[in-house]
Amino acid sequence: MSSQDPSAGPSRRHFLQSAGVLAGTPLVGAAAARAADVPPEEAPAIARAVALRVNGEIHTLRIEPRTTLLDALRDELGLTGTKRGCDRGQCGACTVLVAGRRINACLALACAHDGDEITTIEGLGTPEHLHPLQAAFIETDAFQCGYCTPGQLCSARALLDEARRGDCSAATADVRAVGPVVLDDAEIRERMSGNLCRCGAYPNIVAAIRKVASA
Amino acid sequence: MTPFDYQRASSIDEAVRLGAQPGAMFLGGGTNLVDLAKGGVVRPRLLVDVSRLPLASIAETPAGGLHIGAAVRNSDAANHPLVRRRWPLLAQALVAGASAQLRNMATVGGNLLQRTRCAYFYDVGFEHCNKRAPGSGCDAIAGVNRQHAILGASPSCIATHPSDLCVALAALRAVVRVRGPRGERTVAFADFHRLPGDAPQRDTTLADGELVTAVELPPSRFERHAHYLKVRDRASYAFALVSVAAALELQDGRVRDAALALGGVAHKPWRVPAAEQALVGRPLSADSMAAAADALLAGAAPQTRNGFKVTMARRAVARALQVAGEQA
Repeated sequence: MSSQDPSAGPSRRHFLQSAGVLAGTPLVGAAAARAADVPPEEAPAIARAVALRVNGEIHTLRIEPRTTLLDALRDELGLTGTKRGCDRGQCGACTVLVAGRRINACLALACAHDGDEITTIEGLGTPEHLHPLQAAFIETDAFQCGYCTPGQLCSARALLDEARRGDCSAATADVRAVGPVVLDDAEIRERMSGNLCRCGAYPNIVAAIRKVASA
Repeated sequence: MTPFDYQRASSIDEAVRLGAQPGAMFLGGGTNLVDLAKGGVVRPRLLVDVSRLPLASIAETPAGGLHIGAAVRNSDAANHPLVRRRWPLLAQALVAGASAQLRNMATVGGNLLQRTRCAYFYDVGFEHCNKRAPGSGCDAIAGVNRQHAILGASPSCIATHPSDLCVALAALRAVVRVRGPRGERTVAFADFHRLPGDAPQRDTTLADGELVTAVELPPSRFERHAHYLKVRDRASYAFALVSVAAALELQDGRVRDAALALGGVAHKPWRVPAAEQALVGRPLSADSMAAAADALLAGAAPQTRNGFKVTMARRAVARALQVAGEQA
């Protein structure tokens, strides 16, 4: 979406950001209600300025320190492609890339990522030019409900880089051997174990990643 | 999460100064701390971000050992060429833990300070947890304690330490470098984590405000024969029921030195030097491996639902040693 011609009218991203601002309004109210429940010695901390470079665009936000990167992306920037699943670092639905590395956005504080380069699913491909992983997921039917898919795709995107540079995994026979990793099914499964799919599309997710890895 | 303030420390000295404030906690990768804060298990007033301090290097020490800065991410430690070639046990233990995403976030210092995954500690819906609320009791002792300790537990707490990395560090006789309000000191790994006793709220021997700055290892004698075996309820991305860090130095068919520790069985990584001594000076055999397991599991006292862990640990010790011994 980032490649869209601005002269072509309001982009989907612009719409999402505007919607995010509106959708964010009641959340401020909810946060205030929560704050009223806490004892006075735990009064809300002062909001801090944080600059996030998301999919190539710099956003400056004023947010409470407890705001997670996931909440900042969804509620402040309207980038709702990144999903909140368990919100406790167990399911991987919130996977995004920070400086090219995959992380769980739900356990990351946004203020700890001040100045960082973040890639979300909105930055992975465009409807006109799908990322090869997105195309492969469609071809191999690698999802059912689709809720975990943005996280699966961001995770798989990082996995390909990790394998190319030779990162080891628990499925690697000998960690002392260096060099590019051959992504067989055992390696793909182990390396994707941080992304759960409650629909159970795992065989097709593995097939999609294998297809792109061997292309 | 209850509200907290956040400050990024610009130097180690500043981190130590900020960390001395009431309610302050150090923030590394946040994979455990943010999770605990979300669950209301911890309620920090101030998070002192130490993740960008200049503590992210891995280097060989002048003595030929290994220095790992506390802010090194788990995935970077696991993939550093020096670690993979010379301390493979460490790389194996690191990649056995968590997921790729979490390993990209988690720091080595934070790994040492992980809290237990005991469900009665983690879920504030349970009233009785001496680790979370000292003096309140322990719901795990009469509860679902399949995951819990079989060694070193107390009537106050039967929780286990969840780290994989720490099991390897214990076996490899690491030293922890610490900086605090009273200066710098080093702690032998065996003395870093503590048994629960009557104060399970304290996981380590760190004093208030002390910051882990690095972990150091002696020169490796175990680059050829090392195996980290993790037994868990699913093939990946789960905490250990039992894990074994095993490494051997072999010469002329005999064990010259051994490094051996158990995870998932106690409040701290479980290393018994006598177990290593049972292997040294002899060829690796069923008898010597059984003697090592005997020494490690001496005094084992399972809970109501985890008697299986004793047998599992014995078998895992033998298998880990055997795999380590067979490597080229």
